[in-house]
Amino acid sequence: MRSFEFHAPETIIRASELLAMYGDEAKLMSGGTALTTMMKQSLVQPKHLVSLHRLKECREIKLEGEELKVGALATYRQIEMSDLVKTHAPLLTSTYSQVATVRIRNAATIGGGLAHADPAQDPQPALLAIGAQVRLVSSAGERLIPLEDFLVDYYETDLRPDELIAEVIVSTKPRFSKGVYLKYLPRTQDDYATVSVAALGTLKDGLVQDVRVALGSIGPIPIRAKVVEDSLVGLPITDELLEEASNLVADMVDPLDDARGSAEYKRAMAVVFTKRALRKVFGND
Amino acid sequence: MSETSISMKITLSINGTQHESEVPVYRTLVDFLRYDLGLTGTKETCSVGVCGACTVIMNGEMVASCITLAVKADGAEIQTIEGLAQDGQLHPIQKSFINYGGFQCGACTPGQIMAAKALLDINPHPKEEEIREWMMGNLCRCTGYYQIVESITKAISEAQ
Repeated sequence: MRSFEFHAPETIIRASELLAMYGDEAKLMSGGTALTTMMKQSLVQPKHLVSLHRLKECREIKLEGEELKVGALATYRQIEMSDLVKTHAPLLTSTYSQVATVRIRNAATIGGGLAHADPAQDPQPALLAIGAQVRLVSSAGERLIPLEDFLVDYYETDLRPDELIAEVIVSTKPRFSKGVYLKYLPRTQDDYATVSVAALGTLKDGLVQDVRVALGSIGPIPIRAKVVEDSLVGLPITDELLEEASNLVADMVDPLDDARGSAEYKRAMAVVFTKRALRKVFGND
Repeated sequence: MSETSISMKITLSINGTQHESEVPVYRTLVDFLRYDLGLTGTKETCSVGVCGACTVIMNGEMVASCITLAVKADGAEIQTIEGLAQDGQLHPIQKSFINYGGFQCGACTPGQIMAAKALLDINPHPKEEEIREWMMGNLCRCTGYYQIVESITKAISEAQ
C-alpha cells in the first residue's frame, strides 16, 4: 500500500474542512472494508486519508416521531442487531444480516456503504424500497435528499467533495404488512448478488394497497421499479398479474456481463427474482 | 496526539499486555502483529477480507486484520491466537480442534479458532446452524468443514 497522510478528525465539520482542503487528493474512510481493500490493490491511492474512527457523533440509531434515524457510522452488525430497526424497519434487519460475513458487518457502516456506491451492494435496494433519505453535511451547511437522487452511477454519488453522509432517515409510515430482500447467490453465501430484489407490500380487502419494488446488481445503480408497483396497485393478486408485473423489469435493467453471469442471464434472473419476491410479499409462496 | 501524520504512535492492549509502538499509517493490523510484534499466529491469506484467516478479536468483535489499519486499533483491546492458552493449558476450543481433527494444513486454523471464540464469547450455546452461519466466512481449502463444526460443538458440549 502506498503511504499517505493520515487524518483522524473528531468532528464531522472538521472532517468536511479536511476534505475541502485536500479535494481530490483525499479519501474518506469509515469501516474501511472496501477502501482498504482498494488501496491494497492500488486501485485507489489517496494522498490524504481522512478516517472517521475517532468521531463520537453519527453512531446512534434512534426513533424520532415517525422517523428512524440511523447514524452514518452505525455498523451493519449494529443495524442487524438493533431492536429499534427490527420493530420499525424489519426489512433492513433482514437485508443487513445477509451482507457478506459477520466479520465484515462488524466494520462496514451504513454511510460508508452508501458512499462506496457499488451497484451490487445489498442495502441500497432495500433502502430505496423503503424510501430512505440521506442527510448530507459539510462545513457550509446541510441538505436532505432522497436516496434515489443520491445514487448517480457506478461508484458515483451526489456527494460534493466536502460533504459527508451524517444520517440515513427512514420513515416508519406507512407500515407494510410484509417485506423481503431476495439475493440470488449462485456462487457462495458471502458473495455479492447476481441480482437482488427488495419488495414491500400491503394487501387490503384482497387488493394491493401499497407496494414497493427495488432491484440491485442490475446496472449502474440500484433502481426502484415504479412501473412494476403501478401495475399492481388496486388489483387482486393472481399468479398471472405477478407474472405480468415482473416481466416489466426486463426493460428497466441494464446489467453487465461478469463472473456472476451474462447480461442476458441477469436480465432473466431479475424477472424471476422480482416474481419470487412479490410472491413472498403477497403470500402466494 | 496530533491530528495528522505519516506515522503514528499507537497504544493498545494485545492479549492483556499494553503495547506502545510507532507505526507507519499504511501498516495493516495483521502486518503490525506479525512483523512488528512477531505474533505470527495470525495469518494473512486472501488479503482482501474474505477468507477469515486473519481474524482477530478487537474490542470484543471479530475483525479482518488484513483490511484494518493498525492506526485504527489505537486504544483497542486485541485478542490473538497467542493469547488463548492460559498457564500452559490450551483453550478448550484449541483442544477440541486437536481432538476432533479440526484442521489439516493449519493455515486457516488460527482464524477459525478466533472466529469460534468470538461466537462463544457472545453466545455460549449456539445451535449448529448458528455455528455454520457464523463460521461461513472462514474458508478452509482442505475442506475440513465437518470437523471444524464438530470441533466447535464438542468444545461447547464438553465444557458443560
